Amino acid sequence: MEQRTRLLEAALFAAPRPLALDDLTVLEPEAGEDDWRRALAELRDHYEAGSHGVELVEVAEGWQILTRPIFAEAIERAQFAARPLKLSGAALEVLAVISYRQPVGRAEIEEIRGVSSGGVLRLLQERGLIEVTGRSEGLGRPLLYATTPTFLEHLGLRDLSDLPRTEELAVALRAPQVPPAEG
Amino acid sequence: MTAPRPVPLPVQEAGFVVSLERYSGPLDLLLALIRREEIDIWDIPIARIADQFLLAIGALGLDEAAEYLEMAARLLRIKAQLLLPRRGDDDAWEDPRHELVRRLLEYQQIREVVDWMEKAARRRAERFSRGWLPPVPDAPPPPLTFELEELLEAVERVLTMIPDPFIYRVAPRPLDIEGATRRVLDLLAERPAFAFRDLLGERPAIVDILSALVALLEMARRGTLTVAQPAAFQPLQITRGTAYQAA
Repeated sequence: MEQRTRLLEAALFAAPRPLALDDLTVLEPEAGEDDWRRALAELRDHYEAGSHGVELVEVAEGWQILTRPIFAEAIERAQFAARPLKLSGAALEVLAVISYRQPVGRAEIEEIRGVSSGGVLRLLQERGLIEVTGRSEGLGRPLLYATTPTFLEHLGLRDLSDLPRTEELAVALRAPQVPPAEG
Repeated sequence: MTAPRPVPLPVQEAGFVVSLERYSGPLDLLLALIRREEIDIWDIPIARIADQFLLAIGALGLDEAAEYLEMAARLLRIKAQLLLPRRGDDDAWEDPRHELVRRLLEYQQIREVVDWMEKAARRRAERFSRGWLPPVPDAPPPPLTFELEELLEAVERVLTMIPDPFIYRVAPRPLDIEGATRRVLDLLAERPAFAFRDLLGERPAIVDILSALVALLEMARRGTLTVAQPAAFQPLQITRGTAYQAA
């Protein structure tokens, strides 16, 4: 492997979160984005070709070294790592509404779900899956919520465009007011 | 209610346990009813569905029922609107079920996304990253809450311990921290736990109370002892700390 690819591997190993191209360019100012893309490709091929226990995965607008799914059970059984807590149906509903309508206020979320959602919103905020991005100009200037990179990481998405497109869903609906945002 | 009444659901037989915890809200319950009855969502028999909806929420306590009751009221209103005779040109007539159907479809789409997200999260959970997470510390005890009155009462209790309060007299005696520290150590050696009050004599002077308090705080800082208060205004419990060494 090239020296830069080895640096990339070390950085990804050390970082507790996915690293984006922007993060990588800080590592070595002389190297451009294309250099890093090449290094990423080399590292990915290296893990693929050499039959490693880990692989390079693109997630949450960055890259991360993750263990292969076939080892999940053994690792969990030995309690070296735990799967993240599963989210409740209510929490996923709120996340679903926010991810398609963001930024969106509580009233609209509750209108779609038909139930009050304050507690769920607080929980999702505490877990870093959503954040307040501003206030609406509407009456009372309600808070507006949007999803975070942690949300993408939780679902293993590269970005929001990985979500199913509304027209792919079985039920045709009026288009959301805000199209599924990119990035 | 109007006849003919629909046959009540064979609740147990159908394996349809009406535990509303399973449903995330009235729309979810409504969709479940529609799906189970294999009803065309574009032509909902409102009377039948409304009755079944009421049946399902019958067991619900009032507190959690508000959102379900609102939906029940909505269903009954639509039912009433459908019963009204229509006249004139039909073009101007809007099906009162329309808004409900729109919301149901919208909600159903959300449920589809939820299913999709659940699968995605499960797939993601099969892979571990190397992210190191610090262990979650034990939750701190809830903050003390008390009323001003209680605080004043506590001050009053301290003041009554002092026999003769001369507010304007400048006490010439310095605090006797060493003496207080010795007393604390003696007590610690004697028993594993004691109360703040045990440190003070029958009628302590204010300097004695202050000396004891300062000594306690200093020793707590060093880890010689631990000071705990189970609740607001309860006696301070003093126990040996991690750094305590028997003299």
